[in-house]
Amino acid sequence: MQHILDRKNPPELKQIEKILVPHAEKHTLDNGIPVYIVNAGFQELVKVDLIFTNLTYDATQPLLSSATNRMMSEGTAKHSALELADLVDYYGAFYSTEESADYCSVNLFTLNKHLAKTLPTLREILTEAIFPVSDLATFVLNNQQRLIVANEKVNSIARNKFNEIIFGTDHPYGHISTKEDYKALNRDSLRDYHRRQYVSEHCTIIVSGKISNTTLKQINEHFGDKGWSKSNGQAPLIPAVKTNPERKYREAKEGAIQSAIRIGKKMFTRSHEDYPGMAVLNTLFGGYFGSRLMSNIREDKGYTYGIGSAVVSMRDHGYFFISTEVGSNVADAALEETYKEMDLLRTELVDTEELETVRNYMLGSFIKNLETAFHISDRFKSIHMSGLDYDYYDRYLQKLRSIDPDEIQALAKKYFDPESMTELVVGPK
Amino acid sequence: MIPYKTKTLANGLKVIVHEDPGTPLATMNILYKVGARDESPDKTGFAHLFEHLMFGGSINIPDYDEPLQMAGGDNNAWTNNDVTNYYLTLPADNLETGFWLESDRMLNLAFSEKSLEVQRNVVIEEFKQRYLNQPYGDVWLLLRPLAYKVHPYQWATIGKEISHVENASMSDVKDFFNRFYCPDNAILVVAGNVKAEKIFEMAEHWFGGIKRSVAERKPYPVEPPQTERRELTVERDIPFDSVYRAYHTCSRLDDEFYAVDLLTDIMNRGRSSRMFHSLVKEKNLFSEINTYMTADFDKGLLIIEGKLVKGVSMKNAEAAIDEELEKLRTGIIKEEEVEKVINKVESTMEFSEMDLADRALNLAIAEYMGDVELVNTEMAFYRAVTGKAMQEQAKKIFCDTNCSTLYYLSKDRSN
Repeated sequence: MQHILDRKNPPELKQIEKILVPHAEKHTLDNGIPVYIVNAGFQELVKVDLIFTNLTYDATQPLLSSATNRMMSEGTAKHSALELADLVDYYGAFYSTEESADYCSVNLFTLNKHLAKTLPTLREILTEAIFPVSDLATFVLNNQQRLIVANEKVNSIARNKFNEIIFGTDHPYGHISTKEDYKALNRDSLRDYHRRQYVSEHCTIIVSGKISNTTLKQINEHFGDKGWSKSNGQAPLIPAVKTNPERKYREAKEGAIQSAIRIGKKMFTRSHEDYPGMAVLNTLFGGYFGSRLMSNIREDKGYTYGIGSAVVSMRDHGYFFISTEVGSNVADAALEETYKEMDLLRTELVDTEELETVRNYMLGSFIKNLETAFHISDRFKSIHMSGLDYDYYDRYLQKLRSIDPDEIQALAKKYFDPESMTELVVGPK
Repeated sequence: MIPYKTKTLANGLKVIVHEDPGTPLATMNILYKVGARDESPDKTGFAHLFEHLMFGGSINIPDYDEPLQMAGGDNNAWTNNDVTNYYLTLPADNLETGFWLESDRMLNLAFSEKSLEVQRNVVIEEFKQRYLNQPYGDVWLLLRPLAYKVHPYQWATIGKEISHVENASMSDVKDFFNRFYCPDNAILVVAGNVKAEKIFEMAEHWFGGIKRSVAERKPYPVEPPQTERRELTVERDIPFDSVYRAYHTCSRLDDEFYAVDLLTDIMNRGRSSRMFHSLVKEKNLFSEINTYMTADFDKGLLIIEGKLVKGVSMKNAEAAIDEELEKLRTGIIKEEEVEKVINKVESTMEFSEMDLADRALNLAIAEYMGDVELVNTEMAFYRAVTGKAMQEQAKKIFCDTNCSTLYYLSKDRSN
């Protein structure tokens, strides 16, 4: 390299021009289950996700859907929990589950060479689960203990309490799990829920990894049969959101030496026209290491190990929140600085260079979030489960490239009014 | 298989390049061969505090993060007892920004008083958040000095106590930098949509002029074999009793590492493992149980940790652990069990090569272990492990006199 060593000035940057979002390819199994295929990467592995939208929510048994999903691998008529785990582990495969208030899924990760050996077990877990009483008792006991430990953490208390304030205790987004909720679980209700919920009509499959020309055929063989269908056409019954109108909350946690702070409000979902702009405003405010909140409250004041904010979109609602744990002696100062930063965005235009940094950072992150087949599959899942299509990413990228300081300020004025925010501090008395 | 090319610069910097033309990204991973084991006993937590200071501006560049973010990049770093590792990922077209930033902070730091003061506070809050304000958070602060009497693994990366972080001075910072942040003490890996020859040129251009270290590395104190059973009991405001056992075992670099690693997998990896099945599912003695190696670069530990089910006595819980250990020492490890854990390692390795940044880190660690090619050959070492080899390790490791036990009990006996 011939150029002289210039350590003072940054090397010239290339703008990120075209971003290609690889699309998942849609297929349909014989019984109508939609299968989305993401074929990428050179490692000989594959991930199979079977996603089931939660159709009912019973406030007297708030854990029914998540417990059913987690318990399915605890035994079938043919195999015990140990035998099922062995059938997956022997082939070096991984079985996992995911639960949210909107949907539950079961996932299989395996080397391609073992897909044919592990798919039958996945199918058996899905449709032949029997929920043995003793396994359920262990599940309840251990999860109750886990819950009690989590309730010792200021951060967990704050997260749960905040969602309850925003969405109300009767809503699945706001309900705080209790020991009693676990106690309310019983084999009959799990079996009944399982029978109604895990049918082909409620299922979406995403397959990602290095896909061969037989992969889809294998999936169809194990999940495409018409016998796997017993829909009762039940519509989801979701209670209304009840946000607590009080603005400020304090929760005491004896012996704490740090306070967990949450500030935020209920907001819209990803489908709202302001969502992409809010994503930019949020990143600038608290969404990356160079954000206003991190620069001020961590890097200037040293009040905390970390502070951040996020816009969260679920199926029916969304919310915005700021979260941090700070030394209890500086909790008030941290609150004050947080509101100051919020106000600053409402009253002063952001510097174009700062906005440029955020823009480039977000474009870089976007590319990074398409790195592997699993990333691409996650990008598809997040739009698909919100009822959106790939044109969402066109809108998002277009907004990211075009947003200017005036629009940032307009959004801050619209959504960052401190008077509209709920504030919760969990810490020592 | 991770293909790579290597070159060592005249100043001792090892450069490793992994070309992956399928990605628009590039990753730069710089591993410094320094960790908490290099600290002096009265100034612990320093390697980690220093990692924070590496982001406080370098000699020619006042802010590390902003220019990288402007280039569409992202970065982070971590410290453990053996290693301090820095990594960034950005669009491959802007990789030179990474060279500019990383070479300048290897050349020299800005040594700003303000940055030292703020990062001391940040790390103290980290200490509180992760070790003091969490249930069971201080376990490692107690277990390490019980298991190690001589070797610096007796303190955690965060430090022995907050006052060590509070007392860190600028002269300590400069001394640490001069001793450890040198090209001959670092491994640079660049991976992604790059060409090796071009990277070697860029490395020479940006790093070639940085001076070698003048300080000599001292050997680490060797922990003498443990000869007596050790135990410590503490009471805390936590809901459930826990037990932590630390057995001395081999290092990440030893030949027997693979057998011990697979032994812990048989014991406790996944829901079909022995300990999980027997102690959690069948006997309902523990709500959680884990067995793992610390896999350190010097002789490390094999840890068994469990949370007891409410109402279970420690005596019964420990007897059940001992029963499992006895089975390993004297019973049979079946062929299928061995195959199972080897298959699991095989797929784990394959999954760990998906992300570019992980591939870069794997290369850096293998090089630090002594041979970058280990990144592609370790699987063969795992495959060669037999049930008998694991049993020999079980016999060697699981003796009372090789064990330090921490009883971490709930103060509230009524809960």
